[in-house]
Amino acid sequence: MKSAIRTRRPLALAVAALVGLPLAISGCGTNASASSSEDVKEISVMDYYNNEPDKSFIGDALTACGTKAGVTIKRETVPGKSLISKVLQQSSSKTLPDVLMLDNPDLQQIAATGALAPLSDFNISTADFAPGVLSAGTYKDKVYGLAPTVNTIALFYNKDILAKAGVTPPTTWDELKATATKLTSGEQYGLAFNANPTYEGTWQFLPVMWSNGGDEKNIDTPETAQALQLWTDLVKDGSVSSSALNWTQADVKDQFMAGKAAMMVNGPWQIPALDKNTALHYGVVKIPVRDASQTEIAPLGGEVWTVPQTGNKARQAKAAEIVACMNSDENQMSMAKARNTIPSKTSLAAKFASENPKLATFTDLIKTARARTGELGEGWPAQATKIYTAIQTALTGKASPADALKQAQGQ
Amino acid sequence: MSLSTDVSLTNSGPGKPGATQEESQSPAQPSPRNNRRSRQRRERLFQWLFLVPAVIYMALFFGYPVVKNVVMSFQDYTTATFFTGEAPWVGLANYATVLSSSLFSTSLINTALFTIGSIVGQFVVGLALAIFFQRKFPLNGILRSLLLLPWLLPLIVSSAVWRWILDKDSGALNRFLGQLHIVDTGIPWLTSTSLALIAVVGVNIWIGIPFNLTILYGGLQEIPDELYEAGSLDGATGWKAFRHITWPMLRPVVSVVLVLGVVYTLKVLDIILGLTNGGPANSTQTIATQSYALSFQEFKFGEGAALGNVLVIISLVFAVLYLRASRRSVDE
Repeated sequence: MKSAIRTRRPLALAVAALVGLPLAISGCGTNASASSSEDVKEISVMDYYNNEPDKSFIGDALTACGTKAGVTIKRETVPGKSLISKVLQQSSSKTLPDVLMLDNPDLQQIAATGALAPLSDFNISTADFAPGVLSAGTYKDKVYGLAPTVNTIALFYNKDILAKAGVTPPTTWDELKATATKLTSGEQYGLAFNANPTYEGTWQFLPVMWSNGGDEKNIDTPETAQALQLWTDLVKDGSVSSSALNWTQADVKDQFMAGKAAMMVNGPWQIPALDKNTALHYGVVKIPVRDASQTEIAPLGGEVWTVPQTGNKARQAKAAEIVACMNSDENQMSMAKARNTIPSKTSLAAKFASENPKLATFTDLIKTARARTGELGEGWPAQATKIYTAIQTALTGKASPADALKQAQGQ
Repeated sequence: MSLSTDVSLTNSGPGKPGATQEESQSPAQPSPRNNRRSRQRRERLFQWLFLVPAVIYMALFFGYPVVKNVVMSFQDYTTATFFTGEAPWVGLANYATVLSSSLFSTSLINTALFTIGSIVGQFVVGLALAIFFQRKFPLNGILRSLLLLPWLLPLIVSSAVWRWILDKDSGALNRFLGQLHIVDTGIPWLTSTSLALIAVVGVNIWIGIPFNLTILYGGLQEIPDELYEAGSLDGATGWKAFRHITWPMLRPVVSVVLVLGVVYTLKVLDIILGLTNGGPANSTQTIATQSYALSFQEFKFGEGAALGNVLVIISLVFAVLYLRASRRSVDE
């Protein structure tokens, strides 16, 4: 009997430990956010600028804003690909950071979950921001995120190759086709773009689709089919390598730098790499439009800063100060210059373009640029998948552009 | 299972020396039979206590994800679920969507072709190399360990290297073929709808050879030399020796290699993502890549889970085959 009691005790202990374990774990979570209001000394920040030089540019701006707001910044940088899964984990364990950076097409997805606070709660001014930038940061009529600087894509061309062939940069689709054919010889392709089966492939196609009046709500339209016909023709007549089906934007840049492509569709973030090769002389123009009367509509890229719903009002207020500070005129100008991006306030555009002639084309494009999620919001990922599926189907010749778009839209 | 039979055997015995001592020291206590039962109960308790860590581990790291995935596949599980915890029950809707999608049959066929192609290739080359390395020649050991390299490289690294090798314009393979004047224009290995799957299978064969080689080589080493000596006296050499001695003796190992290979190959994801991302035009899309895209690119976690479960069921069939095969080989 005595022995029986003795054995029961470890069992009781084991049971207690088992029951206690989850309690202890969940206890850790609640304690942290419960410590309340008055004095906020530290603000946690999460972003995906995990590579130099952006890491330091953003880090320095954050530190300066922290000093101004009287808090220290505890910053965490994660690789771009794992940011969303990290955010989802944190939102289910209620451990979101005080300030969160998101890639702009993801903002509505996250705002829809209720994890973000509208910036109007903190009286952050949204005046002067380019309309595309605001629509990227807006979910159901409320602004949840603001981007200090943004980017888009344009047509880069190799000045030496074009001069040698005696051609000028194209402005219409017909000129683009003719120029690209003329510049294709031997190992050199006239043009390089990326049409891979990811959102990047969709992103590169948007300028021709949108400028021609195509719309993502329904891609089974003559306007979008014309745009896809252009992409298909360029690959079919050999002025774009069929490797475009598997290239990333970085691969496209490598082709251009190696002189294997005379022109390319790419963004300003490639400029530092391009400038490293001093023998390379390049220019940037807008991506051609079908008819000279059309205005180019470029897709908007860039990251927005948000204030997650952490449940602590005092911390959220401080976090909002940081977000406002990151979006101040001075920060927009200095970050844009340092990172080869464009200030998102239209009032800064003229001054910025004159100070940074290299980025003038991009600055001009931002005024009319459109956000990918502007129309469809959370519905964008599904539709973006259909767009790149149609591009791949048409470019591999499995269906005509019009049929490819029809199939994809019907899926 | 073996643990419980052992213990019950000792318990049913007439009593251990320690036990009889205790009984004699407490004469006023209830009958020895009663006492023995309490000891039996105690032993049983300890058995369970020893099992507890393993059970907890299994429940936490195997049970929970599997159950969660099954539950998820019946829910409308979106990004919002992570924050609000709300996931409306939708019954079989996710399965209906996924199975009726026009992409499902493409993915299923690609998965079958990818698995069969990879397994046949890996096995044939692996077996040929294993037999080759049976011979004694200089540098045998070094060469064999070098062949393990593909296995040791992270898959993302190997797929990046292969992506460069197979590039149409500046890839090493096309350069090589061009130098030999076998082809005059670049072959679009990864960007042609008819070649991409073959190229991806080829890379996966390269990755799978070491596994097949190692296990089959081990199996070959187990076959006693005397059998070959006796066989050669009866005129069984070369192909005949392989047909009548090697193959029958190797059968148990072969079945294990094949079934494990199938289960590993069905769920291959990173190689395909690294090489083609499922393209061009879905020609390398498998159930695994499709499930990944649904969950982590389109944020349709419910549909992704449903498709994942379809893959689990397919793997399960082969896992059962494996269990039966391994039980038979133990019996043998």
